[in-house]
Parts: sequence; C-alpha cells; structure tokens
Amino acid sequence: MISFTLRSILRKGITLFLISIVSFLIIHLAPGEPSQIDPLNPRFTKEDIVRYRAAFDLDKPLPLQYLSFYKKLFSGRLKSFKDNLPVLGKIKERFLNSLPLFVVGTLITWSLAFPVGISAAINRGGIFDKTTTFMAYLLISVPGFFMAYLLILFVVNNFHVSVLGMRTFGMEDASFIASFMDRVWHLVIPSLLGSLVGIAYLSRYVRSQMLEVMGEDYIRTARAKGASEDSVYYHHALRNALLPFVTMFGMLIPAMIGGSVIIESILAWPGMGRLGYEAILARDYPVVITLNFVAAFLVLMGTFFSDLLYMLVDPRIKL
Amino acid sequence: MDISLNEDNRDILTKDGGRLAKVWGLMAENRLAATGLIFFIIFLSLSLFGAVTTNGTNPLFNPETVRLSDKLLPPLSSATLANMLKSELPPLGIYILGTDDLGRDIFSRMLQGAIVSLQVGFISIGISVILGVIIGGIAGFYGDRKVFGPLTVDTIIVGLIDIQLSFPTFFLILTVVALLPPSIWNIMIVIGLTGWVGPARFVRAEALALKGQDFVLAAMATGMSDIRIIFRHILPNAISPVLVSATIGIADAILTESALSFLGFGVPPPNATWGNILANGRNFIFDAPWLIYIPGIAILVTVLSFNLLGEGLRESLNPKLRSG
Repeated sequence: MISFTLRSILRKGITLFLISIVSFLIIHLAPGEPSQIDPLNPRFTKEDIVRYRAAFDLDKPLPLQYLSFYKKLFSGRLKSFKDNLPVLGKIKERFLNSLPLFVVGTLITWSLAFPVGISAAINRGGIFDKTTTFMAYLLISVPGFFMAYLLILFVVNNFHVSVLGMRTFGMEDASFIASFMDRVWHLVIPSLLGSLVGIAYLSRYVRSQMLEVMGEDYIRTARAKGASEDSVYYHHALRNALLPFVTMFGMLIPAMIGGSVIIESILAWPGMGRLGYEAILARDYPVVITLNFVAAFLVLMGTFFSDLLYMLVDPRIKL
Repeated sequence: MDISLNEDNRDILTKDGGRLAKVWGLMAENRLAATGLIFFIIFLSLSLFGAVTTNGTNPLFNPETVRLSDKLLPPLSSATLANMLKSELPPLGIYILGTDDLGRDIFSRMLQGAIVSLQVGFISIGISVILGVIIGGIAGFYGDRKVFGPLTVDTIIVGLIDIQLSFPTFFLILTVVALLPPSIWNIMIVIGLTGWVGPARFVRAEALALKGQDFVLAAMATGMSDIRIIFRHILPNAISPVLVSATIGIADAILTESALSFLGFGVPPPNATWGNILANGRNFIFDAPWLIYIPGIAILVTVLSFNLLGEGLRESLNPKLRSG
C-alpha cells in the first residue's frame, strides 16, 4: 500500500516536471524569438515583443530560461502585463472563485449520473434506457455556448432571476434569505452547465460498467443462491462496477476546467477560465502560460486523488 | 448470429465485400446510427454544395453582400426589391434563414460555414489518427527496446500520453491559437496535434496483443519489414476502435472549432463559420433569436450525427456490445 502510494507520487512527480517543461515551451510558440517576428501579424507590436523578451529572459540559453521562469513564478516576481500583480496570486484568487463551481458541478454530475446509469443498465433496451442514451448524446453534442444562452433565456424568462456574475448588484441590503437565494441561482446555472457533459459521459460509463459486471459468473451465482434482484444489483454488481469508476474522477477535471473558459465568460463569473480568456485577449502572456501549468497541475492532483481512492476501493492493492 | 462474426469484423479492410455488407446491415438495424448516417450525408452534401455555390467571383449565394436596408429580417422574409442591385438580390428573392445585422443572408453564410466545419473535422482528425497510429504502433511494437538505462520506448510514450491527458485540451488549444497567427490551418493542426491519445492507445494495445501471435512471427520469419508488418498485419486489427474514436473525434473537433470561433479565435473574418455567426447573433438575442438558434442547432445536429455514427460503428464492429 505504501509502495503503491510512493510509486504514484514518483510517477506524478515526473509527469509534473515534464508538464512544467511543456508549459514553459509554449512561450516559444509566440513569434517572440528574434528570427520569428512576423511583421504582418497585427497582434504583436514592438513593445509587446520587448516586454515579452524581458519577462521570459528570451536572450538566455533555454535551460536557464526554464529555471528563471519558475524561480520568478514561485517567488512572485512574475508579474501580469496587465496590472503588474504577481501571477500566482491572481490565479489563486480566481481559482478560489472557480472552486465552488467545480465542487457543485461535480456533485451535480455524480448525483445525477449514478442513478441514471444504473437504472439504464437495469432496464437495458427499455424506454428509459433509450431515452437517456439519446439524451446523453444530445448533451455531449450541444455546444456549451449555445446551451448557456438557451439556459439563460429559459431561467430569466421563467423564474425572473438574474444569473450573470456571482451575485446581483445592489442586493447588499437584502434579507439573508433573499441574498442567499440570489447566490444559489448565480451558482447553480454555471455549475449545471459545467456538469452537463460530465453527466452524459459518466452515466454512459456507469451503464456500461454495470452491464459488464452483470455478465460475470458471480452475479449468476448470486442469483442462483436466491439473492433478491435488488441485492444482486446494489450489493454484488454495483460494488464491483465502482472499481474502475473512480478513475473517472480525475478524468472529468480537464473537461471542467476547459469548459469553464466559455461558461465563465458568458456568465461573467470571475473564475479561472474567465481569467484565461481575459488574459488571452489582453495578451497577458505570463498569466496565460502559468494558467496552463496550473490547470495541468490541478488535473494531476485530481488523478493522484483518484489513485488514492482506487487504493481504498480495490482490495487487491491493499497488500 | 454466427460465431465467426468476431473474426469477420477483424478484417473489415480486406476486399471481401460480404463482410462489409454485414457491418452495413448491423448499422441499419441500429436506428440511432442510421439516423446519424443520414444526417452526416445531408451535412456532407450541403457543405460541398456550399463550397461550390459560395465561392468564386460571382457566387450563386453570396455570403458577403451587405444590404443595410434588409437587416435582421426573420427567416423566409422576402427582400426589399426597391433600391437594390440585381446582383445583390438573394436567389429566389427571399432570405431562407433570415439576415444578420448587416443584412447578410444567413443561409449563404451557413453554407459557407459548413465546409469549414467539415474541413476542421476531417483534416484535424486525419492528423490525430496518423500521429496516433505511428506513436501507438511504435509503443506497441518496439515497446520493450531500451533507450536510456531502464527507460523503454513504451515508458516514454506512456509518459507522453500522461502529459497530454493532464492538459485541459480546450485551454491549451486556445492558448496556442492565440499565440499563432490566425488561420484555419493553424486551428486544424493544433486540434489534430492534441487528439492523438485515443488512436495511439488503441493501436498500442492491439500491437501489444498481436506481437507474439503466430501470424506475426510467421511474417517476421519471411523477412517482412517491420513497417509492412505494422501496416498490413497489426493495423487492420486495430482499425475498428480507431475508426470509432476518429468518428467521435470529428464531433469533438467540430465543437472545438465552433467554440474557438465563438470566442473570436477561429477563422478570421469575413469568412463565416457557424461559431462566429452565433457569436455575432448574441448581441441581438432578443431582437433576432434565429441568429442563435440556426447556427446552434446546425452545430448540434452535425455533432450529434457524428457521435451517433461513432456509437453505431462501435456497436456494429464489436460483437460483445450487441444485444441478442
């Protein structure tokens, strides 16, 4: 068990190191190198290039550039081009804003995907299965930005609440309940949007896992033994279908962070995704490049966490 | 259903038409997949039709004609004939899908945008699949060769896959596209370069499983080159999962491109894409809702058709998943 944890940490550590190299190398894609300045590209002015070179020490050799980039980043000397604030602090603040979205989104995903996937597997081929299958494809296929507008129009027209931003402006004096409900509405819409794709994938995954397990011999044995259908499904099948399923925990994080760019931009939620979009528009390269690194780091943490979960759930590793 | 179907599906690439016909038959049985196929064919013909009719010096459907007298007209409304040149009139004299805030015909713009989606879908996934097959083939076939100390080829490639999976793809693509000069080719290449993991994994798994099999050993014994063995003997066996992941990958690529266009990092204007038609329309969400619904539903239906098709292929090619 300890060796498994250590191996997992070692693996993630190596991956993190490589990720730090890749996210650093993204800088060199931009035409900031002396040989690659593209005079026709209106996105780069001379001042941009000078600033860019200074921020990333482009005149030093590559390994030194790498070291100084991360040294600057962690000592807080890597400043945003836009407002001269330390990059890591800025990202931390926005990450804390995004966190409730990720948490609520994950909760919505899991609490909906599980029951839907299980009942679809139990009623395989039935109307419920067919409907949810089609719904899942619909959710995977609908563009996030289109869905966001549909949902905004629906909620605003039917419930007459405001959904843009983190809270309604001017509600400071409202009663506790009113301002609490206001917060909830503002939180639920982007979380729901962020969880739609996850619900679709996860419910399909739960369904196929359940079906696979239900074809196993020990399920037949359980039935032959005279166990009730419910006991077969929930006691024998579900527990084993859960095993490879914890891996999905880490897999859903990248989609959520990627999706947050569009959702937070449309719904004016001051989170990490919106910070990324604003930074790209403002050509704030230190922020953009660090965000890629931070996002990959978060994903890595998520997969590490799901490795640990796996260890807890799978008795074979506990040796 | 005969037992040999499993073997039959394995060489779908061989000349035998009967096997292909069987897969077709299974596809037709699956109603969702058949619907997907039909919509895909409609999309394909519309985008080819659009490529022909919206290009050239004097196109039949001109997506760039600005008619300020006819702005924000709802679908099926007719053009104001007064003060309009003959060349500015839309074909048939009506705007089938309405006009936008500059009076440009949405139908023509949608036609022009269709080919962009088609191109992005197929070319970027083509890049992904080629890259994935090469990387996966190397990992599976030469996996146990030592490169450096205890590092094997396989460890390195699995590490690469781990790195790629750790980056939130959409954010990475957005960053790279924003750093590079705006062009549709850059978008296709970037989407392609980030999508190789799926195909690579399937090819790797299949190559690992088949490497020790007698027919591969026999091929080696005859002195066949490694490349030929990979492409003639291993790849055909991995083709069904690769095909499925490519079909679903096309759907993802179309979604990614439309999202990039929506954020303003797509194909540079005035060229229309479904994403930027929707992005323009959001300013008129209450006055002209069709500017959002038309491109949104078009993207939805196209992406859905690829997803259903991919799922249909998966079920038809994999006998284990079939019921009955």
